[in-house]
Amino acid sequence: MKSAVVVFPGSNRERDMVAAIEKITGHRPATVWHGDHDLPKVDLIVIPGGFSYGDYLRSGAIAAREPIMAAIAREAERGVAVLGVCNGFQILCEAGLLPGVLMRNAGLKFICKEVDLRVETTDSRFTRGYAKGEVIRSPVAHGDGNYRTDDETLKRLQDEDRIAFRYVGNPNGSVDDIAGILSEKRNILGMMPHPENLIEPLNGGLDGRPLFESLLAA
Amino acid sequence: MKARVTVTLKNGVLDPQGKAIEGALGALGFAGIGSVRQGKVFDIEVESTDAAKAKTELEAMAAKLLANTVIENYRVEIVD
Repeated sequence: MKSAVVVFPGSNRERDMVAAIEKITGHRPATVWHGDHDLPKVDLIVIPGGFSYGDYLRSGAIAAREPIMAAIAREAERGVAVLGVCNGFQILCEAGLLPGVLMRNAGLKFICKEVDLRVETTDSRFTRGYAKGEVIRSPVAHGDGNYRTDDETLKRLQDEDRIAFRYVGNPNGSVDDIAGILSEKRNILGMMPHPENLIEPLNGGLDGRPLFESLLAA
Repeated sequence: MKARVTVTLKNGVLDPQGKAIEGALGALGFAGIGSVRQGKVFDIEVESTDAAKAKTELEAMAAKLLANTVIENYRVEIVD
């Protein structure tokens, strides 16, 4: 499986992501700089976590308007899988590739801990390696993880089975406990938790691994 | 020409920062506060001398970048 990890000024989880993908797929992802206008031909594009542009204006707002995002939108339209984790999720929302917005955590504090997630759908390239309803562990590390959307969009997400993960014990105030959502065509996944940080025994668990293995089986 | 773009949260959108400020003002002894909503102000200098044209351009800037219209409203004023 060929993949690319997109790096913005202020990204800081790209190395974890590259390491996880290389370990699981056996192929080292290409790293693509934010100012590039084109992407290599890949099966998976990942926007990693971090603090692109220092979270200036709004988390992900400035990165979402960069040249590379137009290329990502084009590839997503063609059906290429796009995964946005943490700041990557914020960027995908700001770019309009996923609905809604990530606001300041309801408790106003940065949250860095492990949480439990429930896998809500297995109907996607990202989640078919899990069992529906399975509870997995995953680290979170964010200040703006409070997912918000209008009632109409929320209903669509629910009706179209596009909520990929929900928190078991909501840490940040997200509406309907949402931790991750899929795009309409189900080839874009945005999630606040970090599955790339739980992929080998030394991480303390393997619960993030099936996500990457699912993609590999695509 | 100087312009000001004010970005505010839409009604009904939860504003935990505003709530915290509201609490802090109360703790300082300021009584009678209904509510506090935090927003952003952008002071922008534009080269244009055509106010109507500048306003249209600034509206586009606000819609495209300065505000996230999922949760925020914006207002553009030409200051001078």
